[in-house]
Amino acid sequence: MIPGLFGQWGGRYVPETLVAPLDELEAAWQSARHDPDFQGEYRRLLHEYVGRPTPLTFAARLSAELGFSLWLKREDLCHTGAHKINNALGQALLVKRLGKHRVVAETGAGQHGVATATACALLGLECVVYMGAEDMARQAPNVLRMRLLGAEVRAVDGGSRTLKDAINEAMRDWVTNVRTTHYLLGSALGPHPFPTMVRDFHAVIGEEAKRQFATGPGGLPDLLVACVGGGSNAIGLFHAFLDDPVACVGVEAGGRGDGAGEHAARFAGAGAAPGVLHGTRTYLLQDAAGNVLPTHSVSAGLDYPAIGPEHAFLRDTGRVRYERAGDDEALAAFARLARSEGILPALESAHAVAWVIREADSLRGRRVVLNLSGRGDKDLATVAAAFEAGR
Amino acid sequence: MSRIDERFAACRAAGRPAFVAYLTAGDPSLARTLGACFELERGGADVIELGVPFSDPIADGPVIQRASERALLRGTTLAKVLELVREARAGGLAVPVVLFSYLNPLLSFGLDALPAAARAAGCDGALVTDLPGEEGAGWIAACRAVDLDTVFLAAPTSSPARLVSIAAQSRGFVYAVSRTGVTGEQVALSDDAGPLVARLHAAGPTPVALGFGIATPEQVAEAGAVADGVVVGSALVRFLEEHPEGDLAERVRWLRSGIDQKP
Repeated sequence: MIPGLFGQWGGRYVPETLVAPLDELEAAWQSARHDPDFQGEYRRLLHEYVGRPTPLTFAARLSAELGFSLWLKREDLCHTGAHKINNALGQALLVKRLGKHRVVAETGAGQHGVATATACALLGLECVVYMGAEDMARQAPNVLRMRLLGAEVRAVDGGSRTLKDAINEAMRDWVTNVRTTHYLLGSALGPHPFPTMVRDFHAVIGEEAKRQFATGPGGLPDLLVACVGGGSNAIGLFHAFLDDPVACVGVEAGGRGDGAGEHAARFAGAGAAPGVLHGTRTYLLQDAAGNVLPTHSVSAGLDYPAIGPEHAFLRDTGRVRYERAGDDEALAAFARLARSEGILPALESAHAVAWVIREADSLRGRRVVLNLSGRGDKDLATVAAAFEAGR
Repeated sequence: MSRIDERFAACRAAGRPAFVAYLTAGDPSLARTLGACFELERGGADVIELGVPFSDPIADGPVIQRASERALLRGTTLAKVLELVREARAGGLAVPVVLFSYLNPLLSFGLDALPAAARAAGCDGALVTDLPGEEGAGWIAACRAVDLDTVFLAAPTSSPARLVSIAAQSRGFVYAVSRTGVTGEQVALSDDAGPLVARLHAAGPTPVALGFGIATPEQVAEAGAVADGVVVGSALVRFLEEHPEGDLAERVRWLRSGIDQKP
């Protein structure tokens, strides 16, 4: 069996109805992860369909301006525009293996929803995506994309109308239609085996970066940086380096302030304590009675009150350091990367860019790899509104 | 024998199923829930389940979601729900009370401290929706130490081996989930319900209460024909939503009419 805990974090805290399908999923993943046919098909799709390996791009102008060497792992160049497709394709192949024909998913920024809709179109699966009503408004292009790909997008009006509530609704659908339906969870969180399985599907990011760095610049980088919502792109980059002398920094969403409801910083922010949400034990933004607090981030993909359990473990052991960047910094970093490198980053990834810009002095002379987890086309309306307001 | 055991035994002796009534505590107010408990008892509820409202009730349908939101807006917390049970006992409420909660409010209260606090307040049992038995060894031990009955869920998807361990870990009764899905009224009892109850009866001697989707006297009678107890939740919560001051005693009598008319 695959261990379901990371230290004291993780586990499987779900209603009884979901225990059997999670057992079934764990068994399917256990056999698939060592099956050359499954792995061969997965690797073939990553290469021929997603376009992997993605480049490791030296950010020459920004490096010169900041005084350290910055490489960007270009997950924005994956088919569908973000790293999410690595996991969506992997799980969709597992759905076929499970003999199910229907997929439900949640999405925040829409990147995971688009990736899932894409994988379902490719493999002939029925697809329903739950999305918070607020997120549908701020990520309208991705809603259209999902619909064009044949997915049904269902608006979630409950709670905070963002990612957390979309997960609630996807879990309700799953528990109802569990015999025919797979829940294609989009981040390294949720009940076991999701955190491990999703990490494994994204580990290709770090494996490629390690090889590309060794054959290009040479040796190992000094530091890896990635934004952390649920934490899938970060764990995907970090995983291959965890036993190496390479520092890792995860950047959470600092939002617009320190108060409850103004940020999504589970480690650094006020209101975070160990808790259980969506089937896993981890750090959770909650009030004194154990109710989940609202969150805020300019980026829908980071706007989530809990963090993947492996990140909770890596934080406890000190292996990964967690920092945060706010809305305004992320917007400024978005603009700066666009002008100096000709790349529009996703607002999620822009949080990681913002942190390296702020820390430029302490990074002087270092070699840094930053996971550019997605492209920013989906964020144009948000960015335009922010710049309009700031004018 | 716990108060829940005694109640199920008495129902069995009387040749009828136990009627288990669920309400979300604090909806529309804790004061209303206090009065509602006595109305439920007067109407003939054998066991009262009090739901602790939670911000993210993933196992609940729209009716209980809305009730939870209303209760949270009124500032309902687990500590206040325990205080409500204490008041109800002081006022003479005699029926067994089962606390029905998601895990996180219990963790926040202190999972080790809660069983004793719940018992002291007058609760007889507890059910944690998102705590399957294998994650709950410490919880079970803490409950056993103070004789708080642990009620676990059993589902149509549960394997035979799991049903045996669920029956063994449960005290008072096992809560059989009648169908795959969330809470909420249904037009008909699921085909999964009967076979699940039969499998649980084969798995151990713990009484089985059937719930999820039971909303009419006909469904109560149908469920009561196979199970040792029948749980009605959303239908009562919806009644309160539509008639905040309505008479729940009358509502329970109506729902029970199917089983009470049995010869």
